[in-house]
Amino acid sequence: MAEMNMVEAIRSALKLEMERDERVIVMGEDVGHLGGVFRATDGLQQFFGSSRVIDTPLAESVIAGSALGLAITGMVPVIEMQFLGFTQQAFHQICQQMSRVRFRTRGSHTAQITIRSPFGGGVRTPEFHSDSMEAQFAQSSGLKIAMPANPYDAKGLLLEAIRDPDPVLYLEPLRGYRLITGEVPRDDYTVPFGRLRVVREGTDVTVIAWSGAVPVAEKAAEIAAEQGISAHVVDLRTLVPLDEEGLVAAVEKTGRCVVVHESVALAGFGAEVIAFLQEQAFYSLEAPMRRVTAPDAPYPMPGIEDFYIPTAEQVARAIAQTMADQ
Amino acid sequence: MAAKSSPPTSAQFLPDAKPVAPVSVLAETGKLNRGAKPGMTKTAVLEALRLMMLGRAFDTKCLSLQRQGKLGTFAPIFGQEATLVGTAMALDPAHDWVVPQYRELPAIIRQGQPMERIALYRQGHPDGGIIAEGVNVMATQVSLAAQIPHAVGLAWGLKMQNRPGVVAVYFGDGASSEGDFHESCNLAGVVEAPVIFVLQNNGWAISTPRDIQSGATDLAARAPGYGFPGVSVDGNDLFAVHKVTAEAVTRARAGLGPTLIEAHCFRMGPHTTADDPTRYVDPADLERWAKRDPIDRVQKYLAAEGNWDKATEETWEQDIAAEVEAAFEAASAHPRAGPEAIYEHVYAEPTPTIIRQRDAHLGGQ
Repeated sequence: MAEMNMVEAIRSALKLEMERDERVIVMGEDVGHLGGVFRATDGLQQFFGSSRVIDTPLAESVIAGSALGLAITGMVPVIEMQFLGFTQQAFHQICQQMSRVRFRTRGSHTAQITIRSPFGGGVRTPEFHSDSMEAQFAQSSGLKIAMPANPYDAKGLLLEAIRDPDPVLYLEPLRGYRLITGEVPRDDYTVPFGRLRVVREGTDVTVIAWSGAVPVAEKAAEIAAEQGISAHVVDLRTLVPLDEEGLVAAVEKTGRCVVVHESVALAGFGAEVIAFLQEQAFYSLEAPMRRVTAPDAPYPMPGIEDFYIPTAEQVARAIAQTMADQ
Repeated sequence: MAAKSSPPTSAQFLPDAKPVAPVSVLAETGKLNRGAKPGMTKTAVLEALRLMMLGRAFDTKCLSLQRQGKLGTFAPIFGQEATLVGTAMALDPAHDWVVPQYRELPAIIRQGQPMERIALYRQGHPDGGIIAEGVNVMATQVSLAAQIPHAVGLAWGLKMQNRPGVVAVYFGDGASSEGDFHESCNLAGVVEAPVIFVLQNNGWAISTPRDIQSGATDLAARAPGYGFPGVSVDGNDLFAVHKVTAEAVTRARAGLGPTLIEAHCFRMGPHTTADDPTRYVDPADLERWAKRDPIDRVQKYLAAEGNWDKATEETWEQDIAAEVEAAFEAASAHPRAGPEAIYEHVYAEPTPTIIRQRDAHLGGQ
């Protein structure tokens, strides 16, 4: 065990897997000599050489598209998209090409590829760097989406992602990169996809979050506790596959539900979670389910981003309102 | 295009590209240019001719089925046979790859993909997407230029693993306006990927003519901007296409990286069966290009050599028609796919969500 932050846990996973499996290569903009703009790949090129840790031209679409070709030759690319906001330059390659190649060829060609990308706000980045657009990718059947909230899950889910025979979008919360620390085993372990994590046991209301919204939900639960409300907080860990059983159980436990995410409300993944629960857990509900999300406005300039990102206070208010609903 | 008179500029302004004369070996008359050699053995020429005729016969059959409502929309290859076969014949199917757009039928067949699979694909059957074991082709690509990054990745991967393969990727003049073309050429130049960009300039992107696609005089002239050579070739000249491709293959195998081939041809048919080219193609152009027919040209050459006559042509046409017929019969005998096929191969293992949706669907809910 060692105390690590998110970035260190990610780097630890990359190094471990590259040592274990020589097919694994890391590629992307500035990942080699510099070690990534957030140092997630720091030291890897020095250790594994420039043929396995590859600085690419600044071209997201061909980074994703060439990764598919590389995968078909038997390599296992782990590509870094410097910011999720720029990943849309590769949207077609990821969502239609990489994600569908298994389906289109009935398994003749597959894409064992991991796409790592930091996302989310709160660190005063310039425009277009901070958007949470996981829901845009969630409609790409064939793609999995992992969104760890802490260093332990970051390492375990990344190892699981790299070994998964299907493409995985692995999103890293920028705000937690160095802020969130925790005990992480030095050795090999994986966190399975599609199993949510109970962050905090509670009995009155279930709060569902993932990635950077998990600490917000936890803090909101503390505020609620001061008001005498016991919040049950769960972390989805992966959006695709979704832990359907776990979600139903978590909501049936309390009969009340608040979903928190940092992306916009309109067709956000929270809408899917709530629609699913409406279909599968309706008779256990005692109150309307609520969402706490960013407003349906573009991600703003950093000077006002704190007004945009959902806060623990907003979530605590939603919890209190849900409790007040009859 | 009218000649532009330009004001004098400083020396460091790169000059306007001068038009490049396409490489030519076999003239429209079916005679070799003075001093030119076919560069292919007689056996190879006959194999190439058969593939070209097969490609055309397959599409003629498809057109007939499509008109009867028995086949979906497809893109026929009429007029582009020499470009496709000339390039494919320079590849070694055991090691080299063909990455197609959607108009490359004979090149895919040459690589070893069974015709029955292609027939299944055109019938809209999901199993038409299966790549036969050991056949080095990627699936038909309907999204324009999206296959070009894949080809660069394939070539790069082969190179990284010290495998001998070369990758030929096919696309048109229209697709060459896409960003994926640029990003791919750029990366290929950097990593010196053993890839051959086969730009089939057939004059049209549906109804958009070549001069609206790009202000460049020659599309082949873009290559030096990426750090590798480009070559312009008569795309209706089997020997010329084969010659420049063989040279590009040699370069790639020697570790010298990519080549861009601009093959000048003409789309003699519609863009797809859903298109009506009479609305925009000048009949005079069709007439002019019909005289340059790639198949006719090779047959004339072979006839002059004493290796081709009317009787042989008729026999071949009958044999090829029977082969195509058999492929469609085999495809039609393939078990029809049901709704369960929608839920297969989405992931290696179906997710709980897919299982739930499948069970509800198949259970009639």
